[in-house]
Amino acid sequence: MVLGFRAFAWATTILAVSTLHVQAQSLTIASAAPVTSMDPHYHTLTPNISAHGHIYEKLIDLDAGGHMIPGLALSWKLRDDKTWEFKLRDAKFHDGTPFTAEDVAYSLSRVPTVKNSPASFQIYTRAVVGTEIVDPHTILLKTAAPYPLLPADMIQVYMISHKLGAEPATEDFNNGKNAIGTGPFRFVSYQPGNRIEMDRNDAYWGPKPHWAHVDYRMISNDAARTASLLAGDVGIIEFVPPADLAKLRGDARVALSEVVSNRSIYLWLDHSHTGTMPEVTGPNGEVLDKNPLKDLRVRQALSLAINRAGIVERVMEGAALPTKQYLPPGNSNHVNDLRPDPFEPDRAKALLKEAGYPNGFRIVLHGPNDRYVNDAKIVQAVAQMWQRIGVQTTVDTIPWSSYATRAGKQEFAAFLLGWGVNSGEGTNPLRAQIATWNPERGLGTANRGRYSNPAVDALLDQAMGTMDLAARDKIVLQTMKLAMDDVPAIMLHLQKNIWATRKGLTYAARVDEETRATGVVEAGK
Amino acid sequence: MFTWLLRRLFQACFVVLAMTVIVFVGVHVIGNPVDILISPEADQAERARVIAAFGLDQPLWKQYALFLNGLLHGDLGRSFVFNEPALRLIGGRMPATLELAVTAVLMSVGFGVPLGLYAGLKPNGFIGRSIMAGSILGFSLPTFWVGLMLIMVFAVTLGWLPSTGRGETGELFGLRWSFLTWDGLRHMAMPALNLSLYNISLVLRLTRAGVRETLLMDYIKFARAKGLSPARVIFVHVLKNIMIPITTVVGLELGSTIAFAVVTESVFAWPGMGKLIIDSINVLDRPVIVAYLMMIVVIFITINLVVDILYTVLDPRVRLETKA
Amino acid sequence: MSDIAEESPFRRFLSEFAASKIALGGLIVFTIIALAAIFANWIGPQNPYDLAQLDIMDGRLPPGSKSGAGYTYLLGTDDQGRDMFSGMLFGLRISLAVGVGSAIFAACVGTTLGLLAAFFGRRTDAIIMRVVDLQLSFPSILVALMILAVLGKSVMNVVLALVIVDWAGYARNVRGIAMVERKREYIEAAACLALPWRRIMFGHLLPNCLPPLIVIATQQVARAIALEATLSFLGLGVPITSPSLGLLIANGYQYMLSGKYWISFYPGIALLVTIVSINLVGDHLRDVLNPRLKR
Repeated sequence: MVLGFRAFAWATTILAVSTLHVQAQSLTIASAAPVTSMDPHYHTLTPNISAHGHIYEKLIDLDAGGHMIPGLALSWKLRDDKTWEFKLRDAKFHDGTPFTAEDVAYSLSRVPTVKNSPASFQIYTRAVVGTEIVDPHTILLKTAAPYPLLPADMIQVYMISHKLGAEPATEDFNNGKNAIGTGPFRFVSYQPGNRIEMDRNDAYWGPKPHWAHVDYRMISNDAARTASLLAGDVGIIEFVPPADLAKLRGDARVALSEVVSNRSIYLWLDHSHTGTMPEVTGPNGEVLDKNPLKDLRVRQALSLAINRAGIVERVMEGAALPTKQYLPPGNSNHVNDLRPDPFEPDRAKALLKEAGYPNGFRIVLHGPNDRYVNDAKIVQAVAQMWQRIGVQTTVDTIPWSSYATRAGKQEFAAFLLGWGVNSGEGTNPLRAQIATWNPERGLGTANRGRYSNPAVDALLDQAMGTMDLAARDKIVLQTMKLAMDDVPAIMLHLQKNIWATRKGLTYAARVDEETRATGVVEAGK
Repeated sequence: MFTWLLRRLFQACFVVLAMTVIVFVGVHVIGNPVDILISPEADQAERARVIAAFGLDQPLWKQYALFLNGLLHGDLGRSFVFNEPALRLIGGRMPATLELAVTAVLMSVGFGVPLGLYAGLKPNGFIGRSIMAGSILGFSLPTFWVGLMLIMVFAVTLGWLPSTGRGETGELFGLRWSFLTWDGLRHMAMPALNLSLYNISLVLRLTRAGVRETLLMDYIKFARAKGLSPARVIFVHVLKNIMIPITTVVGLELGSTIAFAVVTESVFAWPGMGKLIIDSINVLDRPVIVAYLMMIVVIFITINLVVDILYTVLDPRVRLETKA
Repeated sequence: MSDIAEESPFRRFLSEFAASKIALGGLIVFTIIALAAIFANWIGPQNPYDLAQLDIMDGRLPPGSKSGAGYTYLLGTDDQGRDMFSGMLFGLRISLAVGVGSAIFAACVGTTLGLLAAFFGRRTDAIIMRVVDLQLSFPSILVALMILAVLGKSVMNVVLALVIVDWAGYARNVRGIAMVERKREYIEAAACLALPWRRIMFGHLLPNCLPPLIVIATQQVARAIALEATLSFLGLGVPITSPSLGLLIANGYQYMLSGKYWISFYPGIALLVTIVSINLVGDHLRDVLNPRLKR
């Protein structure tokens, strides 16, 4: 064995010397999750959206801080309550055809026709009931009712050329035939689970991209991703594992860039059981005739028992920010007087006593173990803390594949989940998470704890009918404050998005988790 | 011989069908793929649409019947995730895994037999003992741990080999293969070694055990007494005798090496079937899971068949037509 | 030397076994490890499975640090503030139970079925070997995922998964050996004497299959422990609040690049020593038990 190793090592030295070469102006990106398709309308999956951003573009884009900026649209405004006008810029598709209003109408109408889409972009185009092409650079989008969120929806939908004809097949995007956009890079090849190769689009309307060639690799194993950066095989990695942060911060070969994201991590509490909740029992395992989690004081106690700063420092290694709401400070829908709950175990104990649980109770705390950053560790840390206020906590972590279904069936009493607000806009979490579950109106879709508060619902309806941005923001802040003070779920922290680059490169950290080659710049250029 | 083959084929079909039933029930029990794939922002109507599009609103037996119907027409269904025919998806990833597994198994024989032979001939020498001690490391260290260690040593510290991924590929029979290019071979070295460590130990130990037993056999003693050269005794008589357990193991291990490439592929970001299947399991992409397992079963049964036939060639005492 | 005639086979086996110092050393080390695992509660300063005794603020402390409760973290702590030394003792217990338990169960099931297949041939053989094919063609990860998804995570379920994964390997190997053995003269002679089939199978066939079985079984203990670690690595092993040695290594895996070596290094050493000692004993057992190595 020893012998074999030596011979092997010797042979590889020769190999290494002969093929050592450096490619100029070529960037290798290591992404953390596989890209499942090159069809920009096939699957609303963050890794896909992130990769597609190199090739395709949207009407409205987001800057690194998550604010709307013109994309393929130069400007947009309300004509009347139900009509939006978009002015389009001069841009060219990779095949040389100009981008026009016809392509916008085509792209919006193509979205619902994508076959077998596991998660359709329809949710972002559904509000548009009609389009009207005024001239090649002006298009009107019509909605059935006043709909203030249309611009927020338009930051999700990539534009493709109407020349692709009726019902272009997803396969033809994957093999490159249809992978034609207006973006800064053009498609070269796509190898599922391995890499996407792209070349610079020299006819790009915006600033000329620095990189002539981009190799977009998928390395989902955390340690392997870090190792590939340390080995110099890639220029930038996304989702730097927190465990490696301390080491990378001290490593002269790499540079880090980070920003607080729109992704919050929290513990849902069950509100659906009024009577006995099977996963919550008395201190000696006896059946309780009512669900303690319906009592605000119990929810507050469970929140006050948690040392968020400790979790952020010890478990997340600083890669998070304690929170009590869905959006980070600096966002226009961030409520300034909604501070993260303090760590006060004694007050927590007092509240439990007041609520009639002087000896606590038993609870099962569930968490996924392959979904969010350090999900299983956070759950364990919370269990330690609950244990200290007399709540006997059993931890159960399971893979997301079975977790997702079970969490949606109200089987769990307390369970960890995360929510990313892609649009960076406050009604999104309120409508999906906090609003009462209502299939007919499409509200409370992600309200897995089945929280319901009529006062919150009424305020939210009011916000959704308000077209004036400033007035709406005010109502949203008010709704958020009302809801979060009622502790529907125990908010823990907002994750930080962290990228690591080789020395000499920097990345403008993006709130929306996307990794874009255009954001990677060489120092001094 | 012919009826024997036919019977094995018939049994094989039964195995494949039994497997598909298990997977259908298993995936059904674990969870609903739609809950994993769907956008978190999707509303209830969108969820219902996707469930219907995948046919998951039908009762399970009906879903299975539809699958069988497709199977008869050579259609194993489309991946929920990739929207490509499952078989084509797997076919695209197969060369990567196949060349990795075959290289690993070849390495296990290439390293394992000579080392085992040496250890068996000189069981009490220092080198013989060291080889045995080293082999224990081979199957006691978890693959993922060794994999990262290899990356740390050969890619990060020494910088001799690329850390992860598959390199340039050459084309043969319309498929992409790494072993045709220098860069591809360099990328393959570490994952193949990582995957073969367990097998090297296994082959090594079986060889040693076999050699030690065989050396005490009367016919070996007789061959020596007859004055045959030691080399001839070892390479003709001893090796021939130990080829049976080794053939069995190598055969068996090729199948499981393909199946177990999962861990190596995920540590080295190797875009093979193992990576595909673990990703598919994580999102419950049933068509891909079923197609992959069917293929593995078929590969496996073929290997077993070959091993059984080789048995008869190598050991005339075993007959295919066995009667109690 | 009058006691030669009285010496029982077991005594003979013992004296032959003791002849190898290395094997004896392995046995002694293994006994110490097993005892340490059994008495973990009294040896370890902390109960690492009691969440109330852990504090994340004590997380990832290097070896030799003082704990809030006054004792020293001899081998440091992991990310949850678990004393590595206590955690390893408790983890050893689980790993040994999982490894030995699953190897024994799998060997019993696999050997019995393998012998049955070889002995009766025909339909019995066909059915058993097809089930073996079916089993061997399933990646263990999928089997484990299904079992653990349906039944929930627990040590027993991991053992069950490993037995289901491993039994087929024994069956196939035993059948292969037994097929050769049953053609030998002594089995034919036994059959001619019309001995009951149970006696032929377990009394004559089994002992001759034992040596290779012991090689496989000792490796299988090691393999089971390593496989359990791999399952943990993939998030499917034992519950995270009661980590096995393998899970401790898997947890520490992500800290390997960060220089906090103790989180996976010490459990790794413990795993290695355990497995090496099992194998030293196993290897020598094989030599002693093998009728064909008798001079």
